[in-house]
Amino acid sequence: MSVTELICITCPIGCHLEVEKVINDDNETVSYIVRGNTCKRGEKYGIEEMTAPTRMVTSTVKVDGAHLSRIPVKTSKPIPKESIFECMKVINDVKIHAPVTCGDVIIENFLGLDINIIASRSMKKRTKVTETVNV
Amino acid sequence: MNYDLVIIGGGPAGLAAAIEARENGVESILVLERDRELGGILQQCIHNGFGLHRFKEELTGPEYAERFIMKLHELSIAFKLDTMVLDITEEKLVSAVNTVDGFFQIQAKAVVLAMGCLERTRGAINIPGTRAAGVYTAGTAQRFVNMEGYMVGKDVVIVGSGDIGLVMARRMTLEGANVHAVVELMPYSGGLARNIVQCLNDFDIPLLLSHTVTEVRGESRVEEVVIAKVDEQNRPIEGTEQVITCDTLLLSVGLIPENELSKKASVEINPLTGGPVVNESMETSVPGIFACGNVVHVHDLVDWVTEESCRAGKHAALYIQDKLVKNDDPMVTKAENGVRYIVPHHVQTDNLVDKLTLMFRVDSVYENVRIVIKNNEEKIKSIKKRHLVPAEMESVHLKTRDIEKLQAGTLSVSLELEEVVQ
Ligand SMILES: Cc1cc2nc3c(=O)[nH]c(=O)nc-3n(C[C@H](O)[C@H](O)[C@H](O)COP(=O)(O)OP(=O)(O)OC[C@H]3O[C@@H](n4cnc5c(N)ncnc54)[C@H](O)[C@@H]3O)c2cc1C
Ligand code: SF4
Repeated sequence: MSVTELICITCPIGCHLEVEKVINDDNETVSYIVRGNTCKRGEKYGIEEMTAPTRMVTSTVKVDGAHLSRIPVKTSKPIPKESIFECMKVINDVKIHAPVTCGDVIIENFLGLDINIIASRSMKKRTKVTETVNV
Repeated sequence: MNYDLVIIGGGPAGLAAAIEARENGVESILVLERDRELGGILQQCIHNGFGLHRFKEELTGPEYAERFIMKLHELSIAFKLDTMVLDITEEKLVSAVNTVDGFFQIQAKAVVLAMGCLERTRGAINIPGTRAAGVYTAGTAQRFVNMEGYMVGKDVVIVGSGDIGLVMARRMTLEGANVHAVVELMPYSGGLARNIVQCLNDFDIPLLLSHTVTEVRGESRVEEVVIAKVDEQNRPIEGTEQVITCDTLLLSVGLIPENELSKKASVEINPLTGGPVVNESMETSVPGIFACGNVVHVHDLVDWVTEESCRAGKHAALYIQDKLVKNDDPMVTKAENGVRYIVPHHVQTDNLVDKLTLMFRVDSVYENVRIVIKNNEEKIKSIKKRHLVPAEMESVHLKTRDIEKLQAGTLSVSLELEEVVQ
């Protein structure tokens, strides 16, 4: 029996979890018992963190034709933790053009994970006329 | 120019106040924003973790902002960008300047102050050493990296373990920098536990508690910083110095509400929050001038900014419609035993819609305590808490049945240690 202490990162409350590994007579892990979680999502996190930890990745990609030179993006779902830097490499190789709508897929099915990289804001094409006043 | 309601600042606070005021019947509204776009500081906070309370989903800063910007457009609320507000008078005459209108003045019936906050800088915490380039506030660096695409450095030390510092430690690492350490003066972190896990531990970035930077070295650019352990009085302990080679020092050492304009309008400022004294309606000491968001007190979650700002917008609408009750002898809130401050400072129960929200921060780390609310020394509510930290704003809500029982006088929030059950 071994117990691992974790902090649930699913929400800002940050519950302190204890995850106990249950093993059978052949020393194989059969299940995990999670304690200290306030809600169900904490249990899911505790087990996943022991078996296949994932993280959301947020970053920016180059954009031209907009009022800024970077546009924020995020993974559509949490990705395996060990793929974070690979994900960053893919993201840093892309350049897109305005206009962009929040939620647009920027990179599809990246690393064959059935996960997309999507824009996390909209950006209009920069026009000559300043659109600073809307009265 | 005349408007019923002028809102200063187009961040989440200003946007929510504008939308709520319109939805409560105010037709003539103008939002003034000095930046080139709406959304405030959220546009540079590209990480996720916003909106869990408000939308029950986890959004990034720009996504959270966009929902409110879209709503503003939908409601055809007028705004001016690249417009700097220079002055507000007690009579609610607003002076501003931009390149399209030049200098102009607006007479408003009501004003909402939503200017947000400023970051404390190196000067504010007195870090000795050379004035080399490469020292940035974390928020400035965040803007450079996330919006302009400029990397501010390769070898980084971060001072301050608040959430902005932690988030920037991860961000710089993802972009290829080497973050050598996050140095924190206090014996505990100023940020959320989840950010320590996913921003520091995930990347093996050391968090040095009870440490400070004692010197910055370098000719034209930062070359190294000296850090040292501190004693209980936060004084560096001789002999514990360590030299870290780096080219960049990021400061995440706190935020200060931006109240130059508020002072010009003779709005009373609370020394503990650094923001205006407000009542239950988020109205300042000047009738008809309301305030919300980081200009009132520094928030760590934008969800609460939105909630507070909706209250400001709704009550500004009531003020304009002459429906806001003015009580000459409001209840006064009092922060006691372990509680550093409370917002609001005054409460007129007649203006409460369905509940009273008291927001506050504690002054230290506490385990197993009770938050106790008293009305003139009489206990009216108490809530058990396992864990309280200064980094997280707390709030308690009094429902209608509690509010009905309130007597004029004081309303206090304090902490009581749990009795130990044998
Ligand atoms: C660097 C930084 C990072 C942060 N990161 C997070 C985070 O990760 N998560 C989180 O929940 N919270 C974060 N916060 C807190 C966040 O600021 C608040 O949650 C929220 O954005 C506050 O909203 P606001 O509208 O009060 O202020 P702001 O978003 O700062 O908006 C104020 C607006 O007023 C405008 N303004 C100011 N003065 C004038 C003037 N004189 N004339 C015209 N316009 C003016 C400014 O340009 C700005 O757009 C961060 C804060 C900072 C400073
Ligand atoms: S267990 Fe539930 S409440 Fe606790 S941190 Fe995780 S998600 Fe939040």
